[in-house]
Amino acid sequence: MVDLLLALVMLLNFALLGSGRIRVLIRTAALQGMVISALPLALGHELGLRGIVLALVALAVKGILVPAVLLRAFDKLAIKREVEPFIGFVASLLLCALGTGFAVLIGRHLPLAPEHAGSLAVAASLATVMAGFLLLITRLKAITQATGYLVLENGIGIFGLTLVGGVPFLVETTLLLDLVAGVFVMVIVMNHIHRAFTTLDTRQLTALKE
Amino acid sequence: MIAIALLLAAPVLAGLVAMLVRSNAKRPWVLPALGVVHVAAALAAIAGRADGHAHDPLVASLWIRLDAIGSVVLLTLSVLFLIISWYAPGYLAARSERPNRLLIVCSCLFLALASLATLSQHLGLMWAAIEGATLACAPMIYFNHNPRSIEATWKYLMVGGVGLALALLGTFFLAYAAIASGKPVELTYEALAAHGALSEPWVRVAFVLLLVGYGTKMGLAPLHTWKPDAYGEAIGFVGALLAGGMTSVAVLALARVVGLVDLLGQGEFARQALTVMGLLSMAWAAAFMIRQTDIKRMLAYSSVEHMGIIAVGLALGPVALPAVLLHLVGNAWAKSALFLSAGNIHRAFASKHIPAVSGAILRLPVSASLFLIGFLAATGTPPFSLFLSELGLFKAAAATASWWTAGIFLACLVVIFIGFSATVVAAVLGDTDAPEPEPLLGDSWRTTAAPFAGLGLVLVLGLWLPAPLKALFDEAQEDARHGRVLEAQP
Repeated sequence: MVDLLLALVMLLNFALLGSGRIRVLIRTAALQGMVISALPLALGHELGLRGIVLALVALAVKGILVPAVLLRAFDKLAIKREVEPFIGFVASLLLCALGTGFAVLIGRHLPLAPEHAGSLAVAASLATVMAGFLLLITRLKAITQATGYLVLENGIGIFGLTLVGGVPFLVETTLLLDLVAGVFVMVIVMNHIHRAFTTLDTRQLTALKE
Repeated sequence: MIAIALLLAAPVLAGLVAMLVRSNAKRPWVLPALGVVHVAAALAAIAGRADGHAHDPLVASLWIRLDAIGSVVLLTLSVLFLIISWYAPGYLAARSERPNRLLIVCSCLFLALASLATLSQHLGLMWAAIEGATLACAPMIYFNHNPRSIEATWKYLMVGGVGLALALLGTFFLAYAAIASGKPVELTYEALAAHGALSEPWVRVAFVLLLVGYGTKMGLAPLHTWKPDAYGEAIGFVGALLAGGMTSVAVLALARVVGLVDLLGQGEFARQALTVMGLLSMAWAAAFMIRQTDIKRMLAYSSVEHMGIIAVGLALGPVALPAVLLHLVGNAWAKSALFLSAGNIHRAFASKHIPAVSGAILRLPVSASLFLIGFLAATGTPPFSLFLSELGLFKAAAATASWWTAGIFLACLVVIFIGFSATVVAAVLGDTDAPEPEPLLGDSWRTTAAPFAGLGLVLVLGLWLPAPLKALFDEAQEDARHGRVLEAQP
């Protein structure tokens, strides 16, 4: 079950890098966040009430709250709907495939504890981190870059949730808080970018260089 | 206990007060008040370290505790904030056209979170505090609300955000190193250190990720790209807070990680990686400081240089730790003088570029002199404390027979001195055709006393190291030498 979900997460990486509409991109990232937040529930450990509540809160934050904030910014700033990649979609998908292959390779070489033997978690986590990174550096709009950051955090979440497990409650809640605060600050700065440059195209952000 | 609670509560409270104060002119006075309280609390907390932590409910969890190295960074941060806070009202009076509520609230928030980071004995808590402090700085960078400062903020957020995300992954990897070795997982330094050698591949990958993450916050080359932009576009006192406060906290995080990784059996690997990045930072800074015409970007590259020096020092191991800590303190306080005086010059000339800025000493005699002397302090000229710490690091490199390191280290320092001096001399000396600045923008004690105090402290440290501070340095060295992440519990 868990591996099935992880495979789904990896497939969603391709969907993210292939989507040409910003709305679809944000929704896909939201779906990915929800799948990842549900992982602890699927692991079959004794979670206890606190664990279940935390998983549900994570689900709400990553799947609903943060994407809603981004979608609202998108609507408000009335930017063009296209993603506008810096490199073509085919190239993005190829790079994503390469990254996923690389992640699987690393996952094979890192020694896992016996109870995690054969788990896809390392591969899925690294593949998602790389997909997020790819989104960040190859997409031109500030809002797609923020979505890339969200995907990157998703990838890290996979590792923390499936393998470490013992991340204390307080730290995990703080992580969620940091994610929300981070996206909020990004959206605020996006508003300023839009006001100052009348676009969210980060190609405009090139005044500062040597 | 009360002092430690105050370190966190006072800034939060001050932030709330700042939020409620309506007057744009009165609000900045929250900062000097907070600065005094915070330094008092920091001194009390450090002095009270000796007696009985064990009964402390805050400490019982072992997540929050003030150790020697944390004390040094806390003191650095607290005094830096005090210096900056006394500059803020004078500066903001001249900038009354801009609302300063967000700036001041975020400064208070930054102080609270950065203090929390110095107290954290838990990898996750440390990470969260640094991430929070990073976010708190973002609105401060775009205080000017012009396109350039907004561009700088976006780059700062993106580069810093990704860097810290990787640091979090590294933290998880370190936790998994324990699991993969069949040990229970617990993210306090003490618990992790108690494991001894752990699964090699996991610890190595974790260290690389943590180095990239906290190295980004420190601004080590080649991860420093956000730094010239952010320092160049932020107003002077925010630059000082970033260059002296944020980076010092990041150094603490990295120093703790290096100590931990050493205990987990990968010290050699960590030291090699640190040496390479440290020397690369110094060389990179040297290359970009030659013919630099922007005085604030110049300071940013100087910060890259000093972080490189500190990284090299950390790589040299416990023997160099007192010099590293002295360098950290000196760098933070000297940077405050440089950024604040550069801010004065920037304002009076309405430019930070040479040749528009020239002959500053004719228009702003005090600020320009402070800038010039600050340059001497930052490049390690005697009798300032940075001379002693750089000498100490050079000696440590020679003592451990790291001849290549020592050679490159020295060569970079020389090149940097030459490059830095060319820009400073051009800005400060020479002729100017700029008009006399308006009274509000000229030199006044309100905007020059604080950088003067910062420089004075660096000078004092160069001539005389107070015994309590020396004791803290030595204790930190002892902790590092014995792999003591935690002092013995009664």
